[in-house]
Amino acid sequence: MCLAIPALVKSINGDEAEAELGGLSLNISIVLTPEVQVGDYVLLHTGYAISVLDEEEAEETLRLFEDMASLEEGLS
Amino acid sequence: MEFCGSHTTSIMKNGLRQLLPPNIRMVSGPGCPVCVTDNADLDKAIALAGVPGVVLLTFGDMMKVPGSRSSLEKARAEGADVRIVYSALNALQIARDTPWRPVVLVGIGFETTAPTIAASLLQAQHEGIENYFVLSLHKVCPPAIQSLLELEGVQLQGLICPGHVSAITGSLAWDFVADRYHVPCVVAGFEPMDILQSINMLVEQVERGESKVEIAYRRGVRREGNPKALELMDMVFEPSEARWRGLGVVPGSGLALREAFARFDAGLVFDIDAGPTMSPAGCICGAILMGVKAPPECRLFGKACTPAAPVGPCMVSSEGSCSAYYLYGEACV
Repeated sequence: MCLAIPALVKSINGDEAEAELGGLSLNISIVLTPEVQVGDYVLLHTGYAISVLDEEEAEETLRLFEDMASLEEGLS
Repeated sequence: MEFCGSHTTSIMKNGLRQLLPPNIRMVSGPGCPVCVTDNADLDKAIALAGVPGVVLLTFGDMMKVPGSRSSLEKARAEGADVRIVYSALNALQIARDTPWRPVVLVGIGFETTAPTIAASLLQAQHEGIENYFVLSLHKVCPPAIQSLLELEGVQLQGLICPGHVSAITGSLAWDFVADRYHVPCVVAGFEPMDILQSINMLVEQVERGESKVEIAYRRGVRREGNPKALELMDMVFEPSEARWRGLGVVPGSGLALREAFARFDAGLVFDIDAGPTMSPAGCICGAILMGVKAPPECRLFGKACTPAAPVGPCMVSSEGSCSAYYLYGEACV
């Protein structure tokens, strides 16, 4: 129910935006995230962007995941 | 405990329970809006579907949940106009397209969803749409967690806080859990590695004897949450008491439409008699939602109650504990 997935904002028109999600183009509402800019990733929940994803934090998380994966390899 | 049903599903689907050492036991919480919707509220939605002319809109998971005597799916089979929508945007569009029919959206969901419904109501008000109504069954999570922590028999050593609820509320919504109840908290994302990372952070807090709120899902969640979403929610809704399946009535855990939005309130506008509330015999969804029992402890589990023929809501919802245990649990591997 609280499912939200990342989508890439391609263009903005007032409270609406066109976003790309898994190769699909969608019209979404950005009324809850007025700070969003073209090129941002947002968390999309039931047609509404509910949060603008922080790219630096996302990269940091991926690095942590890689560290955890290498730790696992080291154990096996 | 992982509060959120999506976390439970990810834990089960990715086999994380089997990876954990025996001294770490994950307990599923009540974080599934479909599952915690009380039968009396569900009966109201089903009764609304029977009002002549009404188009009843619902998010998909609600369709099959058995109420006291029927379900939305059965109501549709009997001729009611019940439709599944994926967004309040769809609901508004249906109202615009059929101005001669009352269009009622069954508003379920936590803080993640409530701001989207609030936005749709503000839009309806702005456009002067007169045939759009919401039956607000929305709930907010912190009072439910508090009520859970007050229960005897629930001893949590760590709480995985819901990721997308926290995107709205901010991690500060859980400060009281760490400060007052001394339970370590980590806001987690939904990838398996996100969850393992958050379990690791919880274990580190326990080892250090600390209890604080940390965010493992920093890419999507900020300490202060989403101020705009909170503002819209507050414009449209006010706190009310709400009945949770399992937890019972929890003060301040519901979201009722404010008086300025009374004309959109399906609960007030339509005169509905949902009849007496009944619960299915033998179903222990309530105890499962509180983390007191696990799905395999239910005698109906996997026998009289399966995803194809569910008795209780935890088996219906794709993020219900029973559904996750049935689809991905050890017994079925």
